[in-house]
Amino acid sequence: MVPPASTGPFGGQYLSEEPLASRALASSTSTLRRTPLCDRHVAAGARLVAFAGWEMPVQYEGGVREEHLAVRSGAGVFDVSHMGEIETRGPDAEAFLQHVLSNDISKLADGRAQYSVLCREDGGVLDDLFSYRLGDRFLTVTNAANHEADHAWLAQRASGFEVEVEDVAARHSMLAVQGPDARAAVAALTDGELPARMGTAILSVAGTECLVCGTGYTGEDGVELLLAPEHAPALWDALLDRGVVPTGLGARDTLRLEACFHLYGNDLSTDRSPIEAGLGWACKLDTGFVGSPALRRAGEPLQRLVPFAFTGPGIPRQGNPVRTEAGAGVVTSGTLSPCLGIGIGMAYVPASAASPGTAIEVDVRGKLRTAEVREKPLYPPRKAG
Amino acid sequence: MDESYPDDLRYHPEHDWARIDGDEAVFGVTWYAQDALGEVVFYDPPEVGGTVSKDQAYTEVESVKAVSDVFAPLSGEIVAVNEALNDGPEAINADPYGDGWMVKVRLSDPAEAGSLLDADAYKALLQG
Repeated sequence: MVPPASTGPFGGQYLSEEPLASRALASSTSTLRRTPLCDRHVAAGARLVAFAGWEMPVQYEGGVREEHLAVRSGAGVFDVSHMGEIETRGPDAEAFLQHVLSNDISKLADGRAQYSVLCREDGGVLDDLFSYRLGDRFLTVTNAANHEADHAWLAQRASGFEVEVEDVAARHSMLAVQGPDARAAVAALTDGELPARMGTAILSVAGTECLVCGTGYTGEDGVELLLAPEHAPALWDALLDRGVVPTGLGARDTLRLEACFHLYGNDLSTDRSPIEAGLGWACKLDTGFVGSPALRRAGEPLQRLVPFAFTGPGIPRQGNPVRTEAGAGVVTSGTLSPCLGIGIGMAYVPASAASPGTAIEVDVRGKLRTAEVREKPLYPPRKAG
Repeated sequence: MDESYPDDLRYHPEHDWARIDGDEAVFGVTWYAQDALGEVVFYDPPEVGGTVSKDQAYTEVESVKAVSDVFAPLSGEIVAVNEALNDGPEAINADPYGDGWMVKVRLSDPAEAGSLLDADAYKALLQG
């Protein structure tokens, strides 16, 4: 759910044709917003870049690969305070969210998390979101690049519902602690019991009240912690004292891509429906949400988003054309997998070329590279049989 | 390695170096370039026999997250490429002026070197 960069070399908009000189200047903009952890990032040797209007750490001293592997083998902490939060409350809160969000919010139990997309009337995807039911209110986490538009969209559609839709992003910082050792590191900082996967708990962690969520974006176990911004530095310090490694948005992107999680702006956009994107499981058409009539009319999609891996050299990048026996496609995300050591990515391909095992070719700046459609996740690979 | 810009090299403002020896030169990218790019994870060498033109991209290097063009500081014909970078592109980070060299070129116009920067001028450029 990391949004694409509006400027800068990282976060989805790759500078494929620009010289290094312009890359170095990309982060020197002065109007960027900063999280409360900015000086912690600098102290940890961060390379800061412009990202969706924020100055964010793309990597620290060790580099993307080392951070990626730390999350797969130990624990890493991501500052994701640039992500937004919207609180929905009032007698019609559930009915309203059922109207605008794609998933069935009536099935969301108190204290639990649910993934959904926000669709336009034509079915195009405006954002992908996690919502948490917290007693009589809901907290919805947005992508930074979409946050203000999401809030405006929701506020516009709230008329006729007895509901308050409040932008509460300024009241929250967010840290994601991820990896096989992540829970142990957080558990050591609290007397309470950490929530199960997709659950939540309000706990005092390192002396600060946090909404602890059993969610993440890496394919590893772990938690995400929402807390008041002024307490974020103390929590960050406590996590680092427990041996948790600072990890930047670069590793966040490679981790999510190995796990085949969608990135809005790359794999999801207003030009694509959630059904094409493989998110039909999060779209409950019977709830009648905004966009559901269009999705029903559209029927089976002509293209589907698939994970793929290169079978030879090269690294796929966003925008690379794809060739299949059934027609053309396009890469929406690509990188070198730090765990697999090969080029991996996601691409929209003709539906008849979407089965795992299908051979495809990717045109990487004029060089045709061989690839194969794979099962998700790309990592860890599914065991045969 | 620590930041350095050897005095025996000539520099192109797009962060490339040339080690000139008569009518031949070896090209690579500078310490600044490899640092800005981050960990190089893929390099696909150009073909021996191909031509390069001063100020034009002749190859590219890739980090996990980004692709960058590599510019030719001088013009000529490629007479050798560093095949070792196929399996060990990290040499571009570890030793940009040594094991991280990219191509050896027979220069078509050695006088072009007059427009390149010496180490002090390049360092001044980096300091803006």
